[in-house]
Amino acid sequence: MSTGADLHHPRARRPVEASQAGAINPMGGSFLQRMGERLERLGSLVVMTGQVAVRAVSPPYAPSALVYQMEALGVRSLPIALLTAIFAGLVIALQFGYFLARFGVQYTVGRVVVLTLFRELSPVLIALTVGARVGSGIAAELGSMTVTEQVDAIRALGADPLRKLVVPRVLACLLLTPALTVLADVVGMVAGALVVNVQYNISFHLFFQGAIDVVLMSDFLSGVFKGFVFGGIIGVVGCFKGLTVEGGTEGVGRATTQTVAITSVSVCLADFFITKLTLSL
Amino acid sequence: MLFRHRTSRLEFQPPTRGEELIRFEHLKKSFGPKRVYDDLQLSVYAGETLTVIGGSGTGKSVLLKCLIGLLRPDEGRIVFEGQELTEFREEDFIDVRRHVAMVFQGSALFDSLTVGENIAYPLREHFPHMPPEEIRERVARKLELVNLPGIEDMKPADLSGGMKKRVGLARAIATDPEVILWDEPTTGLDPVTTENINQMIRSMQKQLGCTSIVVTHDMMSAFTVSDRIAMLANRRIVQVGTPEEMKASTVPEVRAFLDARRQELWTQEEAR
Repeated sequence: MSTGADLHHPRARRPVEASQAGAINPMGGSFLQRMGERLERLGSLVVMTGQVAVRAVSPPYAPSALVYQMEALGVRSLPIALLTAIFAGLVIALQFGYFLARFGVQYTVGRVVVLTLFRELSPVLIALTVGARVGSGIAAELGSMTVTEQVDAIRALGADPLRKLVVPRVLACLLLTPALTVLADVVGMVAGALVVNVQYNISFHLFFQGAIDVVLMSDFLSGVFKGFVFGGIIGVVGCFKGLTVEGGTEGVGRATTQTVAITSVSVCLADFFITKLTLSL
Repeated sequence: MLFRHRTSRLEFQPPTRGEELIRFEHLKKSFGPKRVYDDLQLSVYAGETLTVIGGSGTGKSVLLKCLIGLLRPDEGRIVFEGQELTEFREEDFIDVRRHVAMVFQGSALFDSLTVGENIAYPLREHFPHMPPEEIRERVARKLELVNLPGIEDMKPADLSGGMKKRVGLARAIATDPEVILWDEPTTGLDPVTTENINQMIRSMQKQLGCTSIVVTHDMMSAFTVSDRIAMLANRRIVQVGTPEEMKASTVPEVRAFLDARRQELWTQEEAR
């Protein structure tokens, strides 16, 4: 016998498809269906990336929107980027100083620290920390605009949301991540030199001379190139997740967390392949 | 291809009052497994205010969004001024959107812009060469038209719900459109503001000679503003008529809606 409480239970009138959903498979549907949906989403992400690229290189350009986004996304990420870079430099120099001393080659610490920072640590750490901040911010902002129909309003008023919202954000990410990577290179290097100077009595001259002797321009550029690619991933994923939000404010929260997860994993994957590519060149 | 110049596809002639302006023909639309329309048919005549009524989630707003290309129907035709919109590409719809403006349910004002910039937005998009003085002057005029003069520098966050609705209207009519689409204009407003908005819908028709399509489930509002009312139920338009005809309707879905006999609908559903 059904009581009033049963009737008002949220699951009482659930459609059949939803009732098959569980903790492991929250969206419901068969494995093939879900894979199909994912592939479809990936497809629309690729299509959006192409459309954004075309719009980015064709007029009318909006330099003021780009400057605004660079300020909002880049300049305000400076504290987190600097802090990350300083501590990355400190820790890596401490570790290498300690271990290289064991082999009696502590004078090589400069070149090892600078190589590690330039090629690997700066771009990846910047992409992970700044990417989490910027990507989630973009997804939340565009997601809120989507659920409050502001994105529809942009189209209804005769404008193009990709041009107005996505292009400046993606371009800002593309330009800023390499810039912050270079900054992190410099700051991390100085922090590393300082700590080995204090801890292991290695002079600044020895540290930097060693680095200059060994580190090539290509090492530096491979890090900058990584920053460029990671920036693109952060911008595109954040915008895509924001514009495809479904299900109101709850959906905005979901899109935000998914953006952080997807960008982090993609950055790590892309890092491997770019490293492989640049080492074989 | 990359730098292709846009040519206007829409040949718009100002309509004569009373002639057919918009026609939805055999429209079908689904969202995933959920079917919204099955063979929907509806005509809108120039100069009239047509209200589409129906329960929540019956796809009333979808109709408005299909008309200006924010959503695409799966099948069927939408004819506007004798031209078939279903074949239009996204770029072609830009011209349609200058003639057909939409007032959104939640106003959809841009939070980051001031009221004045919000209203200037469609002007800057549709008329990139319009001088700033003319834009300012037009913005001021539209704000006066919605009885909110002099609030150009306020931010949307500082406005009440009713004021937002009216600013949303001012933004929609900035380009002097021929058709205004109203998505739930009175939902969530107090009775006095509701009355205010109803009068505004009426006065737009009188002052600007606009055709209006209003989507609502507020029956009082529908009876006040409409020349004709269309009832959307069971994925199609079940009846179209004047407010008087609708009041006297014998169509079960309309009767049920008018009398708000939800209990009866419930039991019907249960029996099914």
